[in-house]
Amino acid sequence: MVKETSPLEIERNVGNFAYPETHTHDAGVGLSEKTIHYIADIKEDPDWVREFRLNAYKTFMSKPMPTHWASKDLEAIVFDNIRYYLSGGVQPKRNWEDVPDDVKRTFERLGIPEQERKFLAGVEAQFDSEAVYSNIKKAVGEQGVIFVGSREGLKDHPEIFRKWFGKVIPTGDNKFSALNSAVFSGGSFIYVPPGVKVKHPLQAYFRINAENFGQFERTLIICDEGAELTYMEGCTAPKFNTATLHSAVVELVALKGAKIQYITVQNWSSNVFNLVTKRGLAHEDAEVKWIDCNIGSRLTMKYPGVIMKGRRARGEVLSIALAGDGQHQDTGAKMVHAADETTSNIISKSISIGEGRATYRGLVQIPKHLKNCKNNTECDALLINSTSRTDTYPAITVRGTGNSVQHEASVSQVSAEQIFYMQQRGLTKAQAMSLSVNGFVNDLVRQFPMEYSVELKRLIELEMEGSVG
Amino acid sequence: MNQLSIEDLRVSIAEQEIIRGLSLTMPKGEVHAIMGPNGSGKSTLAKVIAGHPDYKVISGTIEMDGENIMELEPDERSRKGLFLAFQYPSEIPGVTIANFLRAAVQARLPEGEELEATDYYAKLYEKMDLLEMDRSFTSRSVNEGFSGGEKKRNEILQLAMLQPKYAVLDETDSGLDIDALKVVAHGVNAMRGPDIGILVITHYQRLLDYIIPDHVHVMVQGRIVRSGGKELALELEEKGYERYETADVGEPAMA
Ligand SMILES: Nc1ncnc2c1ncn2[C@@H]1O[C@H](COP(=O)(O)OP(=O)(O)OP(=O)(O)O)[C@@H](O)[C@H]1O
Ligand SMILES: [Mg+2]
Repeated sequence: MVKETSPLEIERNVGNFAYPETHTHDAGVGLSEKTIHYIADIKEDPDWVREFRLNAYKTFMSKPMPTHWASKDLEAIVFDNIRYYLSGGVQPKRNWEDVPDDVKRTFERLGIPEQERKFLAGVEAQFDSEAVYSNIKKAVGEQGVIFVGSREGLKDHPEIFRKWFGKVIPTGDNKFSALNSAVFSGGSFIYVPPGVKVKHPLQAYFRINAENFGQFERTLIICDEGAELTYMEGCTAPKFNTATLHSAVVELVALKGAKIQYITVQNWSSNVFNLVTKRGLAHEDAEVKWIDCNIGSRLTMKYPGVIMKGRRARGEVLSIALAGDGQHQDTGAKMVHAADETTSNIISKSISIGEGRATYRGLVQIPKHLKNCKNNTECDALLINSTSRTDTYPAITVRGTGNSVQHEASVSQVSAEQIFYMQQRGLTKAQAMSLSVNGFVNDLVRQFPMEYSVELKRLIELEMEGSVG
Repeated sequence: MNQLSIEDLRVSIAEQEIIRGLSLTMPKGEVHAIMGPNGSGKSTLAKVIAGHPDYKVISGTIEMDGENIMELEPDERSRKGLFLAFQYPSEIPGVTIANFLRAAVQARLPEGEELEATDYYAKLYEKMDLLEMDRSFTSRSVNEGFSGGEKKRNEILQLAMLQPKYAVLDETDSGLDIDALKVVAHGVNAMRGPDIGILVITHYQRLLDYIIPDHVHVMVQGRIVRSGGKELALELEEKGYERYETADVGEPAMA
């Protein structure tokens, strides 16, 4: 397997990470056609991919920033200062002793294994999960499942890859999907053959660690007819060695009767712009379910979607967003009904702490000619402080009479009486807060895989501890 | 020194003086009752003892076993052995009784010590049986959708689990039907003993038929105006508070 080391850009005032300036492959800063060619050369892209990148670059350049509806904070991204590709020879030069104490404490509280701590803190460039990954790869490989990096996918399995790549999310979907299409590297390619039900969730964690975290990841997952897959991405551990702009694209294709569940838990450091496009295409009787947890970052914009293209297709988005002080979680869901008897469900919960801000944007489309389509949308916001903020922008377009839509929204606040009640039972203010918050997300978290729900609970505890000082 | 003692307490909220020079001493091992008309400041007193942040203490002290607790956070007071059964318990959506109580019991253990789950559940079920509570309650969210009586019973369950040194029960009897009242009283009586002092706030003599107090205090307009034995409760039931409201109680002072 080809190892790639993605950019290790650093926020120098956070923890004083220091890396040498020499890289084996470095596209330099800024973006031009030259950069695209450079990346295509390094990655030995086939011609069609090079073309794809160049076209995407043009689209990216021509598209305006979506600031007419999204946060003005996007203007703080200076595209000319970003390194779009850099690989090899990146060896972090820092000792465990230099890792800030609060970072160490976080790792400890989250129960991150020793080896992984060093990797996450940037002490080691590689977390040696190669062995774990190749075991998983071998196990699922026996069932005919392909589980590789996107680069390997497009090289070794072009017949499947090319058929679906960029089809669910066209390059020009938005400015950031165009950017990703131009400079993508890293990410997964998975193909599950007809009827194969992958028993254990596949974890990007192992594969991506083997490659290091990607900044412009590109993931494509195809479940053939009747196949089933659960995929997990990210981890609750805060990532300290990340670049400031993350722009991933994830496309899911569930063919007739297939089921895909895609789980993300991400905890970005507070300097990161996390602008991600995720969409699934569900054919007849197929199901695509996104479980999405967003914690941290400076600004996250992410609206996982499902296009229900075949009869009786189902789409679901369950999401939790936690906006800490100074952070903005702009998340939501898009449900596009494109066949009869399709059903979608959106449950979104957000928590705003301090001056944190959570925005919910929903889009539900049921055109007039369709019959018996259903959507259920629930969005609940919890405000921790009087300075916390939440906004909801549901856009529901339902035409025709044979369809039903249900929409519920609530905003609640952790009340002082509730906290006093819990404190009277011996819990500190922070414990009381985190119990309240955990209670708020509890019914959603219960649907998560065990290890994620436990980690999430601990993470909320940590966040609340910080918030009451 | 083994007592909860309140010395010349003055408390205000919203510029209004509610507790106006109140003194009260309750030795460990005793049960005291406070009776008084609506708005006389009984709940205010209970919350101030527990350290509610909204009330302004103008002067006075509250000591537990000789230690001044005025500067302690509500949770510190709780862990030192103070318990308040609320007149209006809060709802905590999404947090089950089992998890909530577990966190509360865990909070009392020394740092680094993990609560043994089997021991915890054994004790929880024992106390629930005592209070004739269905076990399905453990998986319900704290007080959410509970009837008035169920909330009160849940307060006593917490009392029984946390085994405090001093407990203040604020109108635990209100909202209980007669059978529930007996069950709750039985639960409280089971806890009585030399290691706990219990302060019962109530409007009704009826509760005191089941939880027989050692002393009864009459509270009117923020002060204890009379103290006596359990027969005082009967007298109050008969004659009301009127005579105290006119006698030696001055105009409420502005804070
Ligand atoms: N947060 C508050 N803001 C303003 N006034 C308050 C507040 N809390 C209590 N008070 C006032 O203080 C007085 C005493 O209230 P408290 O609840 O202590 O009475 P109580 O004796 O418990 O009455 P009851 O028997 O009805 O329970 C009342 O006049 C009440 O309106
Ligand atoms: Mg009261």
